[in-house]
Amino acid sequence: MTAAASLVEVRNLVKDVVRPDGTPLRVVDDVSFAVREGETFGLAGVSGSGKSLIGRMILNLVGPTSGEVFFEGQSIAGLAPSVMQLRRPRMQMVFQNPLASMNPRKTAGSSLELPLINFGLGSPRERKERIAELLDLVGLSPRHAQYYPHEFSGGQCQRIGIARALASRPKFIFLDEPVSALDVSIQAQMLNLLKDLQEKLGLTYLFVANNLNVLYFISDRIAVLDAGRIIEEADTESLFAAPREDLTRRLLSAMVLFTGSGGRPVPAPA
Amino acid sequence: MTRPVLVVSDLATWFHTRDGVVKAVDGVDLEIGREEIVTVVGESGSGKSVTALSVMRLIQEPGRIERGSIVFDGTDLLTLGEAEMRSVRGTRIAMIFQNPYASLHPSFRIGDQMTEPLVLRGTERAEAVRRSAEMLERIGIEDPSRVMRGFAYEVSAGICQRVMLAMALMSDPELLIADEPTTNLDAIAQVQILDLIREMRGETRMSVLLITHDFGVVSKMADRVVVMYAGRQVESGGAGAVLGEPRHPYTVGLIESVPRPGHAAERLRQIAGEVPDVIRLPAGCSFRPRCPQAMESCGEAPPVVPVGAGHVARCWLYAPRRAA
Repeated sequence: MTAAASLVEVRNLVKDVVRPDGTPLRVVDDVSFAVREGETFGLAGVSGSGKSLIGRMILNLVGPTSGEVFFEGQSIAGLAPSVMQLRRPRMQMVFQNPLASMNPRKTAGSSLELPLINFGLGSPRERKERIAELLDLVGLSPRHAQYYPHEFSGGQCQRIGIARALASRPKFIFLDEPVSALDVSIQAQMLNLLKDLQEKLGLTYLFVANNLNVLYFISDRIAVLDAGRIIEEADTESLFAAPREDLTRRLLSAMVLFTGSGGRPVPAPA
Repeated sequence: MTRPVLVVSDLATWFHTRDGVVKAVDGVDLEIGREEIVTVVGESGSGKSVTALSVMRLIQEPGRIERGSIVFDGTDLLTLGEAEMRSVRGTRIAMIFQNPYASLHPSFRIGDQMTEPLVLRGTERAEAVRRSAEMLERIGIEDPSRVMRGFAYEVSAGICQRVMLAMALMSDPELLIADEPTTNLDAIAQVQILDLIREMRGETRMSVLLITHDFGVVSKMADRVVVMYAGRQVESGGAGAVLGEPRHPYTVGLIESVPRPGHAAERLRQIAGEVPDVIRLPAGCSFRPRCPQAMESCGEAPPVVPVGAGHVARCWLYAPRRAA
């Protein structure tokens, strides 16, 4: 793989924290991987394996203890906030709990306008047009700009969360358990939407999930984490068909995976 | 077949709110045989939890059980007085909940909470402590006395749920109701708790009513499956039949919307629309507005139709004579 093909790359990323009793704990341990432009890179692992923290370090929301993060070929770990501000529009995040990640006292429209104002994108009129465009992108209508978060269902709320991440026209989105709080039937809608948006806008995703069925569907490649270390990285199909590492096999078999055969046969992928 | 442990017939539990009557459960039939694990699966608002709480008679104002019967070991629980119900609840029927931290008191030691019900029922304190430790050990806690000395916040969610399970099993219940017992746990703890429930089912010969929204859990655990939608059960049958040959369009849609290895696809099949507001349900079949196979007769309430051995669907598609 050439360096030019990867949009995001982490090298030897390490994060140490101090436990309440004063002892140090390495929660991310020498993690390296590269996310290619246009792909979905999944992180699998149980809670506490360091998945979310890695994503947050890529976005520079949390500084690494050591190691480097490259975005579009440039090292960004530890950049000053004012410099980082210039990169932020290009890298965004979608959170797990859509309702908790919204200000309950702001309409969806003003939540969507905030990143535009923050990054100085457009005049008030252009911003309004952009908000309507964003709502349309995620399958909502312009009137939804007037709604408050509590007036949305969980699925609609997460659509707003995705629209907000898209507002500044990012290249890269870190999706941290974006569907785990949603009902099964809504999960499918959201996963399809994310794939549609990826194709349409050429997005690159880093996708964290506890649910193997979800990761299987969305990811092109998956890295499996255990206690802060990557134990295996592979194409999704080969990882599920034949994990190389024993620990991966144990982790996969220790997770609940639905393999039921019900329903109409699914057409083979084109 | 021996007499089932629990037979719920035509159960309806409504909540009389200021905004209107919420028919959270409106016509549920359920049967659990000895040593059987029955899972109730559905999305939020489908009435799974209210069904469980109704069986425990834990419905509070403005909720009310409007009709139906809940026959447990030959007795209709709905005819019992509160005092009689108390001798069933927590002893012969035990329940564990989704959030184990919320089920334990944060400022009492775990051991005191485990022994209290035993002491209240007349067990010597020392004996209660011994039995609690023994039960914790049986469900795989290595150092029971350390856990019992601790507080809920000092243990992991997985350990906390094990404690809840130990408490539930202490009275040797005939029926365990588990309401999303692993939803807040990480993947490994989830499997451990599920395995434990299966194991204890075999050991104690109890029956289990397991509520979940996760088809992975259903396929791992269920002997039989009940699928609920908007307060009604839409399909029920053996786990193999319901998961392998689902008949109700909602069950089909749900199963198809779960991405599965071996069913690789560019896009998932999705169910249109959203889970309905139970105050404003459509007339006739509640699933009609989202159903790809809806037809004219669906404006009338669909009948429960046998579609296989012990397998029924509440759907006009399978009715011998469709409504005019």
